Amino acid sequence: MNSGQKEFDVLVVGGGPAGMAAAVSAAESGASVGIVDDNPQLGGQIWRGEVQNCESEASRWFERLCASNANQLCGMRVIDQPGLGVLRAEGCKGFCDLSYRKLVLANGARERFLPFPGWTLPNVMGAGALQALVQSGLPVQGKRVVVAGTGPLLLAVAAYLRKRGAEIVLICEQASRSSLAKFGLSILSQRQKIGQALSLRKDLSGIRFFTNCWPVAAGGDGILQAVIISHGNEVEKVACDYLACGFHLVPNTELAALVGCAVKDGYVDVDDFQQTSIPSVFCAGEPTGIGGVELSLIEGQIAGLAASGKNKASQKLFSMRTRLQKFATRLDRGFALRPELKKLALPETIICRCEDVTYGSLKKYTSWRAAKLQTRCGMGPCQGRVCGPATEFFLNWKPDSVRPPVFPTILENLAAMPCQPEQSHSGAMRGPQ
Amino acid sequence: MPEQIAVTVNGRHVAVSSGTTVAAAVILAGAHCRTSISGEPRGPLCGMGICFECRVEIDGQRHQRSCQIVCSEGMQVSTSE
Repeated sequence: MNSGQKEFDVLVVGGGPAGMAAAVSAAESGASVGIVDDNPQLGGQIWRGEVQNCESEASRWFERLCASNANQLCGMRVIDQPGLGVLRAEGCKGFCDLSYRKLVLANGARERFLPFPGWTLPNVMGAGALQALVQSGLPVQGKRVVVAGTGPLLLAVAAYLRKRGAEIVLICEQASRSSLAKFGLSILSQRQKIGQALSLRKDLSGIRFFTNCWPVAAGGDGILQAVIISHGNEVEKVACDYLACGFHLVPNTELAALVGCAVKDGYVDVDDFQQTSIPSVFCAGEPTGIGGVELSLIEGQIAGLAASGKNKASQKLFSMRTRLQKFATRLDRGFALRPELKKLALPETIICRCEDVTYGSLKKYTSWRAAKLQTRCGMGPCQGRVCGPATEFFLNWKPDSVRPPVFPTILENLAAMPCQPEQSHSGAMRGPQ
Repeated sequence: MPEQIAVTVNGRHVAVSSGTTVAAAVILAGAHCRTSISGEPRGPLCGMGICFECRVEIDGQRHQRSCQIVCSEGMQVSTSE
């Protein structure tokens, strides 16, 4: 069902901090702006449910966005580029074509999942995922939670869940104590980060926290009941109701690749103005490098200003961005994945959850493409977004080219779409110059 | 006190507060979301609409991502139990 067309000077994809900052900056510069997001509400993952929480930073940006008359399109996910300067978004009422002069991609990151025996059991989920579920109505009062994986997100999630009444049984961080200590020392140069670290420490007091520790198996009868963790030379079984487990973040670069932007070393390549290899397309936030909410806000503002022709104003934010990018580099170093984790999966462990493809059946192939063709790994509805980063870490496979639609779409909508020019199916297609 | 919303999951009545996603309602009902092609029960993994593990049928529409859809009064959810 076709639910129409809309035209904008600046179209922003993604309603998290980077996208909201970009939309606000562009709209306040006088551009007509649309901001489209898959979620029912703006805020992204980090500000989920917070835009209406008065006094929060999220609500301040949201108020500016509402005052700016930017067109908010929530519950719409971008699935294709039907022509030059147009993106097609699908919602529950059908699809809509969104035309733009300038595009800002701010579609964030997802958690990296590393498969281990039992990771497919219900109630084993991402760390950010459990937080998102609790933020959207799941009570965890009295529930026993193990938080595991790597990165500062683990601590923030544990603190949040504890506040909501969960019993945090254990936090397992795979990084070593020494790399964490180096990371801890390195953030002493940033006052804002120290404040956050100190308040987290208070919120987490008394909780068992292990470094050099990771889950090796999860068990239960149809639902999670316990997790086995490796800690130094010891293995321990910990009973729990939820395992919140994520190994840092993976940037969402699929849409950028579909539009034709250059992706370098896993990140969307941008210049000082957050402009991609395609002059009409900008990118801000996690797709250009995992750096957290403060960096996303600055990059979003630079992209929004530059996309609406305010290059001079955007330049004033460059030095702040440089400072925050140093934190991102330290983050990558401090929480680098240890080689032992490459042995997490056993031959019978499922790697591709969509198609139930095991590690044993994948290991005989030498590339992502060969494995896809022979085993259907990565061919299910997530389109390799979960198993792709896992096979990249386990087997050093590189992800393949991206084809539309970038998310599964319903047949009725596909049938209602007008015939597309041949070129729109090429990943090398270029937007308006 | 947030407004209560009544939905059914596999015919069972579940009361949730307004703003609750279908994924949370399914867990509250003690159900899993889908059954994998080799017969494993599955629940939400990513919580943000990417993994498609939380697919359920909502008011007759199949393959809906329950983590991205907010419960509305009278909604009928069925999972592949």
